[in-house]
Amino acid sequence: MRRGFTLLALATALLLSFALYEALIAAPTEQTMGDVQRIFYYHVPSAWTAFVLFLINFVSSIVYLIRRNPKADILALVSAEVGVVFCTVVIVTGPIWARPVWGIWWAPGDIRLTTTLVLWLIYISYLILRRMSTGGRTPVIAAVVAIFGALDVPLVYFSIWFFRTQHPSPVIGGGGSLDPRMAHVLLINWAAFLCLAWLLSWVRCELEVATRRVDEAQALESLRESSR
Amino acid sequence: MNSMHYLYAAYIATWVIHGAYLAILVRKYARVRREMERLRK
Repeated sequence: MRRGFTLLALATALLLSFALYEALIAAPTEQTMGDVQRIFYYHVPSAWTAFVLFLINFVSSIVYLIRRNPKADILALVSAEVGVVFCTVVIVTGPIWARPVWGIWWAPGDIRLTTTLVLWLIYISYLILRRMSTGGRTPVIAAVVAIFGALDVPLVYFSIWFFRTQHPSPVIGGGGSLDPRMAHVLLINWAAFLCLAWLLSWVRCELEVATRRVDEAQALESLRESSR
Repeated sequence: MNSMHYLYAAYIATWVIHGAYLAILVRKYARVRREMERLRK
């Protein structure tokens, strides 16, 4: 187990370093935007990674509601938390890219930007609910919130297909013409971010299991003390 | 501010966010470990 973790950590570090080199140096410079377009190699893979994590959260929440399996509940919590980290990267890097290209930090009312912000707020609310609520029904309520929250993911993804928006068209599968070398660098960065997400989720899962054990031990300890 | 500054700002912001999350996890882990040791005694 520990060996597997060390190997994953090493592979992630190597892949992230290689992906950074590819994004900043090896990838061709885009003709219209220039070097600032290289933000694309962090912005888009972070969004895709967040979507994958929110999908895991959605599936785990359904599994928890059906089987009441605590492992599914832990996976739901962890995937939402790590997903919020990647979604935060998207929310922060988007405006930094928009400012030099569009001349504005944020396009108010833009469907892609608004739905992404709503998605981030939904999962922040989910995490606050999990942290603040102490009742035994919390995992059930959280699972229901997660299932409704996940409905925003396809809305974010397909918003640029169906609505007029300031945001560029999809680069893959949406009629966009991405240079094959750029697509290659994009996929390398996505692989690196997926490995990072896996590593962070692994650490967070172990931490959650340990936290629950400590909580149980503390509850037992206080029971023993009150019965004395 | 030229476009390279925006590029660096985006990359640095990404790593600051991941670093901050990792720091939160390390802090939580230290607290849980301390509590585990206290309960073992």
